[in-house]
Amino acid sequence: MIEKFLNWADDFLKEYRQKEFNFNIRRILRKEEINEEELLFLLYDQDDNNLILMAERSKKLTERYFGKVINLFTPLYLSNYCLSGCKYCGFSVENKIKRVKLNEEEIIEEYKAIKSQGIDSILLLTGCDRINTPFEYILWAVKEARKYFSEIVIEVYPMEKDEYRILVSNGLTGVTQYQETYNQKLYEELHPYGPKKDFWYRIKTQERAIEGGVFEVTLGILLGLNDPIEDTFKMLIHAKYLMKKYPKVEINISFPRFRPAGTNFSEKVKVNSKTLLRLIFSSRIYLPPLGITISTRESPEFRDNIIGYGVTKMSAGSKTSVGGYFRERDSGIQFEVEDRRSVKEFVEVIKSKGFRPEFTNWIKGEIA
Amino acid sequence: MGFEIGGKVINNRLFVGTGKLPDYSLIKRMYEELKIEVFVVAVRRINPEKDKGYSVLDFIPKGATIMINTSGARNHKEAVKIAFIGREITGSDWIKIEISGELKYLLPDNEETIRTAEILVKEGFKVFPYISPDLITAKKLEDIGVCAVMPLGSPIGSNRGIDSEILIKAIINEISVPVIIDAGLGRPSHAAKAMELGADAVLINTAIATSKDPINMAKAFNYAVKAGRLAYEIGLPEEREFANASSPLADFIKSID
Repeated sequence: MIEKFLNWADDFLKEYRQKEFNFNIRRILRKEEINEEELLFLLYDQDDNNLILMAERSKKLTERYFGKVINLFTPLYLSNYCLSGCKYCGFSVENKIKRVKLNEEEIIEEYKAIKSQGIDSILLLTGCDRINTPFEYILWAVKEARKYFSEIVIEVYPMEKDEYRILVSNGLTGVTQYQETYNQKLYEELHPYGPKKDFWYRIKTQERAIEGGVFEVTLGILLGLNDPIEDTFKMLIHAKYLMKKYPKVEINISFPRFRPAGTNFSEKVKVNSKTLLRLIFSSRIYLPPLGITISTRESPEFRDNIIGYGVTKMSAGSKTSVGGYFRERDSGIQFEVEDRRSVKEFVEVIKSKGFRPEFTNWIKGEIA
Repeated sequence: MGFEIGGKVINNRLFVGTGKLPDYSLIKRMYEELKIEVFVVAVRRINPEKDKGYSVLDFIPKGATIMINTSGARNHKEAVKIAFIGREITGSDWIKIEISGELKYLLPDNEETIRTAEILVKEGFKVFPYISPDLITAKKLEDIGVCAVMPLGSPIGSNRGIDSEILIKAIINEISVPVIIDAGLGRPSHAAKAMELGADAVLINTAIATSKDPINMAKAFNYAVKAGRLAYEIGLPEEREFANASSPLADFIKSID
């Protein structure tokens, strides 16, 4: 099914690029709901004054759905073992870095250190590696995390529906899986081998997770790999498809910009901050109930200014090495962090913007 | 003038939601300065670790009434579990059943709400179901033994006011438990209208929380609720299409043969 939608998006984009449009931006922004042509108009527009109008519309819609709140979470890398050879990634199997995997005792230490900062939502990450970080390892980590956190999201390798079901009954609340790029040809070039190679299996991860019972899923693209408009447009089509098919599930998106990661890879397309703002506002205006995540890959200046204008979730105090909250390890990093401020410092920034930093986004205990 | 609801006497008919507030310390000010008594708190927002300064429970004054809410639940099973966890953490048995049917218009799933109410009433909760304005659903809930029904005026956060007046009116006319208009009321005039129609209370979240000045906006709603209620109690004049003769001549005409 999703194949049909993404193929349609491909054709629609090609057609759109050949047409000349003369939309009235104010009219678009007054609409309760915009269509795909209008979305592309917003994505392609280059006018700064229009961008300001989009920001205001984005702000209103965000407040309506999410209030004056920023949800906070912290990522924890459990392991950097990986079997995939993704060309842009610091954890790629070809990268000569020290491979580290937290053992049970170390995981507990890291959980406690993260919890002591007030954080109640955790994102657990591993590389694409079922041998070194098998399902049972993830299951143990999720079960243990439930003792400390109310919201537990994993960003690991794509799994089967039944595996998600077991994780959900042990405390898992959400699944994050980046498609990185929605351009299949490019995807196959960038992921030449390993578990990540299969474009369609990966794209259907969120559906398997939802059918396994998670409350929320996150889609993502890595900006810098491809034309940002193509990837954003297709990701939004994917998000809308999921919203219609699974109307009770919270759908989030994320568009991290490429950051140096200790590989030779350099980004093909530089996505500047103005473009990123445009992508955020367009996404909000097209799909108002969509969650939008901004990580610490972005600079403090960018993060501080985007509060209130579309973002709903932000990571804080993040480390992108394995562990790192209780104990620093020589493990290499998946990518460089730009915003190195502590949770405490960032909380103060959110408050100063007139927003409430929210640590708790789910119920601690057995619900599903 | 207080009214009885959920086994308590409540003096202020303006109930306030807390989920979208920019700062939880506003709750105390609303309680102290505006005498707002009922605050709705989503269980999914309650950090069970109290006294560390980041749980909403640390910000709710002692005398206030907490109405916990099951938002995030997708079906009756989840809603029931959330209700029990919420009661355990807060000590409050006032539960707003909120089960999202979908997340775009944020409309509730009436069928799952009825099933949840059946269970929670038996379990001794004071049940306040949030519903799409449907009289038959409201009647079933009344029979089950809920404390009030909470039909939406229009979708959450839409600020459209009472978009389905005829449906709301039917519920108010036909149901004997209190009716609380929940969701969609964006302006004080919408709240006044709800009270004029005969609602027992209103619940406001987005319009206050996302206002530039939440305290004064809450104050404005407070006045509107009081004004609307007072007018309802006095009895509102009927709207007529033509002028209504009320001249002394009418009395004269009736008095002669």
